[in-house]
Amino acid sequence: MISIKYSIIDAWVITKRQLMQLIRVPEVLVFSTIQPVMFVLLFRYVFGGLGAGIKGGYVQLLMPGIFVQTVAFTLAATAQGLAQDMEKGLIDRFRSLPIARSAVVIGRTLGDGLLNVVVLFVMGITGFIVGWRPSSSILHIGFGFLTLLLFGYSLSWIGIFMGLIARDARAVANITFLTIFPLTFLSNAFASTTTMPRALQYFAEWNPVSTMVAAARDLFGFHNTFGATAGSFPSQHPLPMSYIYMGLIMLVFIPLSVRRYTKKSR
Amino acid sequence: MAVKSIIAENLVKHYRHGEVKALDGLSLEVEEGTVLSLLGPNGAGKTTTVRILSTLLQPDSGHATVAGIDALKEPAKVRSIIGLSGQYAAVDETLTGWDNLVMFGRLYHLSNAQAQARATELLAQFSLSDDARRPIKTFSGGMRRRLDLAASLIIKPRVLFLDEPTTGLDPRGRQEMWGVIENLVSEGVTLLLTTQYLEEADQLADCIAVVDHGRVIAEGTSDELKNRIGGERIEVIVAESDITRAAEVMKRISGTEVTIDKGVRRLAAAAPKGSQSLLELVRELDVEKIHPLDLALKRPSLDDVFLSLTGRPAEEDLPETDALATTGPKGRKAAKGGKK
Repeated sequence: MISIKYSIIDAWVITKRQLMQLIRVPEVLVFSTIQPVMFVLLFRYVFGGLGAGIKGGYVQLLMPGIFVQTVAFTLAATAQGLAQDMEKGLIDRFRSLPIARSAVVIGRTLGDGLLNVVVLFVMGITGFIVGWRPSSSILHIGFGFLTLLLFGYSLSWIGIFMGLIARDARAVANITFLTIFPLTFLSNAFASTTTMPRALQYFAEWNPVSTMVAAARDLFGFHNTFGATAGSFPSQHPLPMSYIYMGLIMLVFIPLSVRRYTKKSR
Repeated sequence: MAVKSIIAENLVKHYRHGEVKALDGLSLEVEEGTVLSLLGPNGAGKTTTVRILSTLLQPDSGHATVAGIDALKEPAKVRSIIGLSGQYAAVDETLTGWDNLVMFGRLYHLSNAQAQARATELLAQFSLSDDARRPIKTFSGGMRRRLDLAASLIIKPRVLFLDEPTTGLDPRGRQEMWGVIENLVSEGVTLLLTTQYLEEADQLADCIAVVDHGRVIAEGTSDELKNRIGGERIEVIVAESDITRAAEVMKRISGTEVTIDKGVRRLAAAAPKGSQSLLELVRELDVEKIHPLDLALKRPSLDDVFLSLTGRPAEEDLPETDALATTGPKGRKAAKGGKK
């Protein structure tokens, strides 16, 4: 039997492989940071005027939104990375090794999660430079970032599943983009949901992205009133609701993905 | 009695919910320390067999035993004693050769120091030491394959599976790879090798199993297979104007029909007395003042074997089923344009 100890070591070796890739091909790290930074700057200065009347300006509202959008895209990165490994036959090799069945998928989600640490750090600095000022305690801010990382991590597991079932890496890129992009915009991340059509408002309100954004705004000390159809559970309790969503996602997708990976006897 | 390192019994595997039959009762045995080559065209079921024996795939029915371990019931045990190298270099291309070997060493649960020592050793063994710190992306096809093979040898496996190890390599790369494989075999590893190249099976294998449509249709040493379709043949290439006369001479010596390929001006016939027949032919041609451009005594090639066994040449391509065998019903790599 493969012991717990080796399951952890195996997963860590896979994670380390991704970190090594970042060292060998620094462009990946540069591009995964440049894009969110560019978004921060664009949104900050293009839509900055929307924030008239908001204390501290639009950037206080924007930063949590853009943090969430960025970590949400981890789903796409995970799915694509895995699909590429499968295409190259690397997954077959891993499967022929005497390692824990969970190692490859856990290793990948952790690797993508660690990349998010760097990306969020750089974005936070950028945000601070352009006027973002979290007003809560250092503990709240830390908890805010931790929650963001966990949110990205849980979505990573959907990415694993999509990567495992998809036909090829290019298809994965398209599908994940078409999923995440609308999901992050049909939310309270960049604009108030009050101006959306009624049906979209409901969707936006229950959208995990919205609850996560609202939770992050709260934790960073910017109280967010969260849209129009006030009174719904997610709008009242964004933080617990975010954790419920994360729990549900992982509860469903971790077993599903590990089973899919193990049984991939095609 | 010799110990059997690999036993496959009646393996059956369907893809795409039974629509495509990849294996149709395939059975084979490999004695410890010997090389068996699975020879067959694309889509014959070679890769599927390797995937089952190396625990990547469960058959619909049948048994598979590797080094005495039931590969279907105890796949984890099998994984710790086998090495597998597939049709394309399955290594991380963004990393260096060194990174890859150390990573795989760690995944075989070597300590960091052990993994590094083994990587150094393997890189030297495969003449890759000088390129160890370059990303695999910059490697030639032959170098990639060698590194891939090195990665499958980290734990000195008792049983090694090589799935078309030279497909897509240029002649030089192929020669290098053959040298490497011959060395491994001389160290006593049991090897199951699949190939589409008849030459390769001839060169490397102790025993050849010809596979077609998911089953073994013939088995034996290269010589045994060749003997099945008769003895040696003489081939002569002459000037166009000499074809008719040369054919008459050959017919007289051979006593059988002469096959004439007008396009390349090649005549071929059986050589009932082997090299003696060749000598006779040379004398007769000289008397007739016919100057052959090329003259050879040939043993039947494995191509001939395949043709006589299946009634069609070995090169016949079945891309559809091949994609299935190598990549599963989704045709993952097929969509990407086949193997590299």
